[in-house]
Amino acid sequence: MGNTLWGMEITADQLSTAFGDTLYMVAISLIFSGLIGLPLGILLVITRKGHILENKWIFNVLNPVINILRSVPFIILLVALIPFTRMIVGSAIGTNAAIVPLIFYAAPYIARLVENSLLEVDKGIIEAAQAMGATTWQIIYRFLIPEGLSSLILTFTTATIGLVGSTAMAGAVGAGGVGDLALAYGYQRFDTMTMVVTVAALVIIVQLLQSTGNFVSKKIRRR
Amino acid sequence: MIEFQNVKKVYQTKKQTVEALKGINLTVEKGDIFGVVGYSGAGKSTLIRLVNLLEHPSDGQVIVGGKDLTKLNPKELRAEKKKIGMIFQHFNLLNSKTVFDNIAMPLVLSGTPSKEIKERVGELLEFVGLSSKARSYPEQLSGGQKQRIGIARALATNPSILLCDEATSALDPQTTSAVLQLLKKINKEYNITILLITHEMSVIREICNKVAVMEGGRVVEQGSVFEVFAKPQTDIAKNFVRTVIHDEIPQSFLKNIGSYIPIIWKINFIGTTSGNPLLSTISKKFDVHLSVLSANISEIQETPFGNLIIEVTGNKQEVDKAYQYIKDEGILVQEVQING
Ligand SMILES: Nc1ncnc2c1ncn2[C@@H]1O[C@H](COP(=O)(O)OP(=O)(O)OP(=O)(O)O)[C@@H](O)[C@H]1O
Ligand SMILES: [Mg+2]
Repeated sequence: MGNTLWGMEITADQLSTAFGDTLYMVAISLIFSGLIGLPLGILLVITRKGHILENKWIFNVLNPVINILRSVPFIILLVALIPFTRMIVGSAIGTNAAIVPLIFYAAPYIARLVENSLLEVDKGIIEAAQAMGATTWQIIYRFLIPEGLSSLILTFTTATIGLVGSTAMAGAVGAGGVGDLALAYGYQRFDTMTMVVTVAALVIIVQLLQSTGNFVSKKIRRR
Repeated sequence: MIEFQNVKKVYQTKKQTVEALKGINLTVEKGDIFGVVGYSGAGKSTLIRLVNLLEHPSDGQVIVGGKDLTKLNPKELRAEKKKIGMIFQHFNLLNSKTVFDNIAMPLVLSGTPSKEIKERVGELLEFVGLSSKARSYPEQLSGGQKQRIGIARALATNPSILLCDEATSALDPQTTSAVLQLLKKINKEYNITILLITHEMSVIREICNKVAVMEGGRVVEQGSVFEVFAKPQTDIAKNFVRTVIHDEIPQSFLKNIGSYIPIIWKINFIGTTSGNPLLSTISKKFDVHLSVLSANISEIQETPFGNLIIEVTGNKQEVDKAYQYIKDEGILVQEVQING
């Protein structure tokens, strides 16, 4: 097949496929966990005592459930969810199969981070919104989210980086990706060069994500 | 315009029950600039927040523009809230939005077409004198400018009532004065009824026509500002008045009175700048001797408000006649007791 690179046991093709797989897994699971985590995070904020949609029941159910999910290590989630994953994607192995536990892992994490971001929004602003006669929905998307946006962006940066790390473990179900390569070749076969290259690649990805996130967040805050 | 009928408010927390308002009766008439003054914890914020239902009364009724807002459905309530503007101590502007967008917000919420919004916000910016700041962000403004933006935002939907919760407490005296003058202009030009709360009597003196003094969840005194400034009844009202009008009897006088009990009158003039004609008339007409212990003139709503403290000597009959004379002239006079 392709040529090996820099004395690694893997080919350039393998490396670029792994990159593609990582990006794919991170992107898809980020989208889904974001779609789940964002509303849950908002719900955690607005249903708490004294907030715009105070609701003891929703808050007292949601809060511990998220805590429990957050405390399960990813690798256990990965195994525990196998039957469910098989039901959803038809297989428990492969890139798509890894996305299901990744979503389960990231969604509650994102919910909690979103909650923290939105709690930073000054209560006075919500009060001003209520005084203006804003609807609950308007308060969320015209006041809470814009005011918390800068912080939310950092939240999603953190979540994305967390997902990059977790995809490495997803190699356990044959998910592929850069992390998988690092484990399979670098660690298990003592291919030092592969190890160095893949880890360097991961470091660069994470650095890029973090500085982009910081930049955008600051840009919003600075205005 | 705003009527509190035996309003009570109880806060129930896990640890304790706080009776923040213990039966408030208060009427704010259309066109008033009604000031509520009181120390921290008196219940002022709770009171004002009941008007636009940021808090719900535990008992009693708050009638705003003839309606009990608690009886409305959410849609009607939102419509009523558009008729009540509110400004805050800490401005509560959105930091993520420009000055223009902040002022536009109430209009955006009610789905006003953008062309109309542009016109209205332009007008409002001009009214508060900040047209040049439309594209700035709140962070780039001074406190006084932020409050002007807060005011512009509160006026966007053409309300008939403006609520001000310690609107000038975060501002320096000069800026405070400018913001108060702006509130006065709003009251005059748009005939907007203003209910403001403050812990500073100087704010009341500067723009209010009526005042209520609150203490421990109750209104302990209320009336026209002239009435309360001239004749405060309660100790707390006296203390508040004293913070802006200095009418103490000089210590040196008190030290020298010895055992006799002097007759001391406090005379208030409203509108005229001096009490001299009155004093000379009295000493001509009656066989009394007057000496001025303290005299000062301050302004209440830009009207001179004179405060004169005089000692009167003479035989009782003449003194009583003189007292009656002043009263008959329609001038506020009261005897001052010296205790201790
Ligand atoms: N949400 C709340 N929960 C419990 N107690 C409250 C709440 N809001 C106010 N209180 C209590 O009600 C009383 C009146 O508070 P309020 O804020 O109305 O006073 P205030 O006159 O506005 O004081 P300040 O000048 O400090 O703003 C206080 O004892 C306060 O602790
Ligand atoms: Mg207060």
